[in-house]
Amino acid sequence: MTTQDYDGPILEIENLSISFFTRLREIPAVMDFSVTVQPGEAVGLVGESGCGKSTVALGVMQDLGKNGRVVGGTIKFKGQDLGQMTMEELRKIRGCEIAMIYQEPMASLNPAMRIGKQLMEVPMIHQNMSEADAYERALQVVTDVKLPDPERILNSFPHQLSGGQQQRIVIAMALMSEPSLLILDEPTTALDVTVEAAVVELVKDLGKKYGTSMLFISHNLGLVLETCDRICVMYSGEAVETGRIEDVFDKMQHPYTQALFRSIPLPGADKNSRPLVAIPGNFPLPHERPKGCNFGPRCDYFEEGRCNSSKAIPMAHVEHGDRHESRCLKFAEIDWDAPLIAAEKKEKGAIGEVVLKIDNLKKYYEVAANAIFGGGNKKVVKANETLSFEARESETLAIVGESGCGKSTFAKVLMGLETATDGEILLDNKAVQNTAIEDRDTKTVADVQMVFQNPFDTLNPSMTIGRQIIRALEIFKVGNSEAERRTRMLELLDLVKLPREFADRMPRQLSGGQKQRVGIARAFAGDARIVVADEPVSALDVSVQAAVTDLLMDIQREHKTTLLFISHDLSIVRYLSDRVMVMYLGHVVELGTTDQVFSPPYHPYTEALLSAVPIADTSVIKKHIVLEGDIPSAMNPPPGCPFQTRCGWKSKVSGGLCDTEMPPVREIADGHQVKCHLSDEELAGMEAVIKIAAE
Amino acid sequence: MGTFIIRRLGQMLLTALCLTFIVFFMTNLTPNLEKLAKTQGNFRMSDEAVNSWLSDRGYLAPLPYKFGQWVGVVPGWTNEKTDNDGQTIVTGRCFLAATPVEDRARFCGVLQGFWGYSSVFKTDVDALVAKRLSATGKLMGFVLLLMVPMALIVGILAGMREGSNLDRTLSTFSIASTATPEYVSGVIFIALLASSKFGISPILADWGWIDTKTLFLGSAKKAVDDATFRNFFLPVLTISLYGMGYIARMTRASMAEVMTAQYIRTARLKGVSFRNVVMKHALRNALIAPFTVIMLQVPWLLNGVVIVEYLFAYDGFGRLLVEAARGNDIELLMAISVVSVILVLLTQLISDIGYVFLNPRIRIS
Repeated sequence: MTTQDYDGPILEIENLSISFFTRLREIPAVMDFSVTVQPGEAVGLVGESGCGKSTVALGVMQDLGKNGRVVGGTIKFKGQDLGQMTMEELRKIRGCEIAMIYQEPMASLNPAMRIGKQLMEVPMIHQNMSEADAYERALQVVTDVKLPDPERILNSFPHQLSGGQQQRIVIAMALMSEPSLLILDEPTTALDVTVEAAVVELVKDLGKKYGTSMLFISHNLGLVLETCDRICVMYSGEAVETGRIEDVFDKMQHPYTQALFRSIPLPGADKNSRPLVAIPGNFPLPHERPKGCNFGPRCDYFEEGRCNSSKAIPMAHVEHGDRHESRCLKFAEIDWDAPLIAAEKKEKGAIGEVVLKIDNLKKYYEVAANAIFGGGNKKVVKANETLSFEARESETLAIVGESGCGKSTFAKVLMGLETATDGEILLDNKAVQNTAIEDRDTKTVADVQMVFQNPFDTLNPSMTIGRQIIRALEIFKVGNSEAERRTRMLELLDLVKLPREFADRMPRQLSGGQKQRVGIARAFAGDARIVVADEPVSALDVSVQAAVTDLLMDIQREHKTTLLFISHDLSIVRYLSDRVMVMYLGHVVELGTTDQVFSPPYHPYTEALLSAVPIADTSVIKKHIVLEGDIPSAMNPPPGCPFQTRCGWKSKVSGGLCDTEMPPVREIADGHQVKCHLSDEELAGMEAVIKIAAE
Repeated sequence: MGTFIIRRLGQMLLTALCLTFIVFFMTNLTPNLEKLAKTQGNFRMSDEAVNSWLSDRGYLAPLPYKFGQWVGVVPGWTNEKTDNDGQTIVTGRCFLAATPVEDRARFCGVLQGFWGYSSVFKTDVDALVAKRLSATGKLMGFVLLLMVPMALIVGILAGMREGSNLDRTLSTFSIASTATPEYVSGVIFIALLASSKFGISPILADWGWIDTKTLFLGSAKKAVDDATFRNFFLPVLTISLYGMGYIARMTRASMAEVMTAQYIRTARLKGVSFRNVVMKHALRNALIAPFTVIMLQVPWLLNGVVIVEYLFAYDGFGRLLVEAARGNDIELLMAISVVSVILVLLTQLISDIGYVFLNPRIRIS
């Protein structure tokens, strides 16, 4: 390329508009979007799902599919207009000058091709490298992305690697020919927090090492804060605010940005004294956008006649800051420093009697080593090891841990979908661990209910909302007649704050948040006393998450429900739970009140988890701990302490105890237990991971 | 892998045993046996004569006992009879009256390698089945050789750009070919290509482009021993076309799905050319699903073989089956069912093993 010594901006997008064309209509996905990426700069693109951020990325790649088309504006890469290029010229840029990292690493690697071949392909196409040279290069890049045993990795198929390793391979593939621009489309959404932290650090380091510019697409404000120099907030196809990270985070100039920050749980938010403020209303569908300002109908500062006049609202420069722009007519008039009008404070529900007691619960699975061809050695997966805890009435107990830690297995055993291998589950002093759900009486089934992670799959698509709730009522034997059940169903809709007309709607007519509300209504149909919420908000957008969490809290206060909140998101756990249980490889490594768990002394794993969670607050200073390696397989757990393979404190324990002996459960404060060999002095000497800098 | 194959073989044996028992049961129903006695003996036999004919030949023994004889775990029947000269003649399942006493075997069934004697063809079953099977094997071999590459090419070309004109054309073609049964397409081919009065043969002969009267032969009788393009192409084409459409549709669907996969986008955005995206990245993944279908297609094609072999007068396995069924030829039918079961399960075994090789995700660790 002749543009090697080009020194202007790497990427200039000017007034870009992209539309998708269907038989019915043209659907504008991106409108009047501008962003500039300077050499070595990382720009974050933030917004909720459907706001058009991925479309921008594909637009840069000129890969919009059959229906998508750029209908206005230009995308210039190193001064050349990508829209004017032929397929041949584009191919030379793709993978060589601009590379992309995708959301789901498993899906973006070819399952039937060895890793090495997939990597070597890049330089062989772009630099005409010989196979041997390409192999050398692949080996070097795989070492760069810190994968162990690179030769073995190059010779394996994608499915033989873990999610984190796969993502590193995707990153390695993107870096093979040292591109000038890297587009990362939600690169860590499918990964666990500790793995995410490691991958993010890697991307940052490599970006520096190779001097690559980055376009980082994410819905996670915390992550963008950690990785990017500049940020561009998108809403419904438009950029609404753009500027340096510090300017946008601390001196935001658009109501949507402000609302977004108010709806995410930052340290200091509390469900009773400082509840989250959900953004009212719903995200507009692309063909139902309002006149004037897209955010108008949901905005607190909306002014009739001004914000909804039919004129398009342009981006306007903000006085302070570097290239800080906002798409709001009123940003100069709004008092951005006005304190949040405190929402009504809520009374904390009194915590009552113990309703659920788990004693030494164990759940083992036997799996054949070779599922298809049978035979082979049977292996035992120890999904849950000696779980012991109790949960009280109107208490929220959070169960935290990364994938594979056994939290969902526990939920299954509690629900009766699986029976326990050993130990007891006492529900009102009645042992239920060996009663499968079919054998449980109606009362027990109605008492223990679940809210599922993915509201999109858990509703029957061919039944109206009302019918599905009535069906649950029939199963729980609530009400004596159809009319009675219908009344009760309408009451349940009221309870979850859905309009009564929704009873006759089909699931596909509802948004994700609304579907989750239906899921909650169904769970509470038989006046459930214990509700297991398995990642109830992780599939929802940030602005909706707050509303759904608040709803759960409201219902809990009213019904004195015991809520078992399974989550990997520590921010939300900190916000809403009374007690927290941290799990790792089937073991409870720490259990205590929220304050005890979130402040030192920690279990080393909790410490790492806390450090890994990105926090969208510029005033927070975090201790930096990155865990090496992956979570060991539950089929083959390490001897001694389950966490010893990744623990940073291992050297502080004398006598190699961690390698050989399972640590005992120790009570280090009232109700605060830790499973660790560290001495009391070491534990007491731990520093807080999250500190809020003095203002 | 070893245990897997052994398990599969065991399964195959069990299935063969069950199926042959059902066939044995059906062919040994009383009306069928009466029919057999009358066709083999005399059509005007009295009921007593039929009875004695059947009992002389061991047909009236209890069913499990007879089945045991066929398998070879129960001693074969023997029958002593005094003839007009006052001499006792001993006949049996396993020997003829002339066989010396010391050579007479007690057991003779499949386990001993004795497949029986065909009452219709008056010859040993094993040699007959082997000969016919090899004839049909030749036919099927050529069919697969023509059908599979054609189907895969059509399917991949159609699936790589879903919705394009090429896709529409090829899809219409494959639907039409599957929708036309063999007895229709076979007749059309004979009329168009193998008739000296109709179709293109007289025209070509007029122009002097062909030396013979017809372009192809409508009869494949000679192809059993000496297959040429001229006498063998039409039956092969008839079966191939029918099976091709189906495989092509499956391949197209699989290819179209693979082309929308994320790793194809990855490859495209790596700068791989379209040709290489298809050849290197999509092809292998797209072949995983159709491979199973192709292997399942083989036993299914056996149906088609019956019709086509009749239509083109080809002496193969299909014709054998029809003739054996018509004459209630018990032992021949039994042998045919054993062969069919083995054929079906063998193709499944091959398909499972081949699947493992194509799909690294389930490769044995």
